[in-house]
Amino acid sequence: MTAIECKDLWLSYGSASVIEGLSFSLENGKCLCIAGENGTGKSTLIKALLGLKDASRGEIVFFNGEKKHGIGYLPQRSDAQSDFPASVWEVVLSGKLTSGKRFPFYTKKDKEEAMAKLELLDILRLKDKSFAELSGGQQQRVLLARALCAATQLILLDEPVAGLDPTATSEFYKIIHRLKDEGITVIMVSHDIHCALAVADKLLILRNDGYSYTDAKPHEHDHEGGCKI
Amino acid sequence: MTAFINELRLMFSLDSMVYALVCGILISLCAALLGVCLVLKRYSMIGDGLSHVAFASLAIGSAMSIAPMALTVPTVGLSAFGLLRLNEKGKMKGDALTAIISTGALAIGTVAASLSPGANIDLNGYMFGSILALSESDLIWSIALAAIVIPIYCLVYNRIFSVTFDPSFAKATGVKVRLYDTVLALLSAVTIVIGMRFMGTLLISALIVFPPMTAMRLMKSFKGVVILSALLPVLGFTVGLIGSYFLSTPAGASVVCVELIMFIIASVISWIKKLKKPAKT
Repeated sequence: MTAIECKDLWLSYGSASVIEGLSFSLENGKCLCIAGENGTGKSTLIKALLGLKDASRGEIVFFNGEKKHGIGYLPQRSDAQSDFPASVWEVVLSGKLTSGKRFPFYTKKDKEEAMAKLELLDILRLKDKSFAELSGGQQQRVLLARALCAATQLILLDEPVAGLDPTATSEFYKIIHRLKDEGITVIMVSHDIHCALAVADKLLILRNDGYSYTDAKPHEHDHEGGCKI
Repeated sequence: MTAFINELRLMFSLDSMVYALVCGILISLCAALLGVCLVLKRYSMIGDGLSHVAFASLAIGSAMSIAPMALTVPTVGLSAFGLLRLNEKGKMKGDALTAIISTGALAIGTVAASLSPGANIDLNGYMFGSILALSESDLIWSIALAAIVIPIYCLVYNRIFSVTFDPSFAKATGVKVRLYDTVLALLSAVTIVIGMRFMGTLLISALIVFPPMTAMRLMKSFKGVVILSALLPVLGFTVGLIGSYFLSTPAGASVVCVELIMFIIASVISWIKKLKKPAKT
């Protein structure tokens, strides 16, 4: 099944267009890496995929037109939440509030799954800590755990490894492999293109004057989740 | 002590004092709950801007002899929604825009008040509030407001957290962010319109800002902040009102002074905690 199909997508801010005529499609359970220099529209494309930004032309079709739910999102790190009073547990659990949810409170199952994500990312001991008082790398893991809670079909990661140390980075790529095995489609923006290619199936490079959409080169695959530079 | 209790008894034998206490506690509770979201979304000054808009529309309303609530609630609701939206789009600086609306509305209100024929509008009462202005209908309004705000808040508490903490993520996962912003704007508008009758145009935003800020000094989780924010104004308002009765000071200002003292105490406690922390590790 096709997870995402972009048809002649145009995105713009006011009169300045950022992305012009982008078309690609991505199979379910595959990993797409989006790369490109600053200002080529990577984050704008992510916003459009999330439905936070409307296309000025063209469209994005998810799962052959089925209603999408279960999208996880890891935002680029910002300091906007730097003094927000929230415990790690509250942040991670908020990933369970997806559109399919009718019941206003978290169920036991929600809590168990959130707990499993904390364990997976090795941040169980931070559960009751204040989010604002964590280091940058720890905050990144907490936000990744939240994204994983929400992702049952698709996960979008905007610069996921920025701020992670080498061990955490290689752990992160292992997690991406696991997600793909579970049939979850992964889209990530990365500057660290060599590492990203270790897990990516497709590569989308955005340029100021166009784009290229290719298969990720197979010889750079490394299923240990390690990182060859 | 018995003399004090007798005085208290005497105080609450007055209808106006009972109205003030019930209205005050309910409104400051609602203001604090809504305030947690407003402060964390960095809309702290929105209460100030809205109360000035409310003042302007009250003055215009009484000049044109329109029922005050019928004009004020929709006007303030629309302004609240407009301010939240414009802030989100980021085309104009939110704080500057709030200042423009706030001072502009104050000017319009003052002009309208002085132009209104015959009626001698009590500007002092508008600015600093008066607990004697509270009537039975205000009591009913505040009970109705609390009956809406508190259950809604409990029911959508988790979504409120998500929307406040990270609106982009909330929207991406399918939470209707705009709906929550609209509800927040409307409820804030009603809270301010009722609250400014006894707190005054200039002081009502204190009820929105002080409790969350005080709670944030002491609590590290969202739940903790919300619960403490809800408890603080109950204490603050009761102490402030009783104090104002015994000292013959204006009620609104006395309540704000009590809230300020609580904020200072909380800040000192959190400062001492921080000093102690590095010593341990």
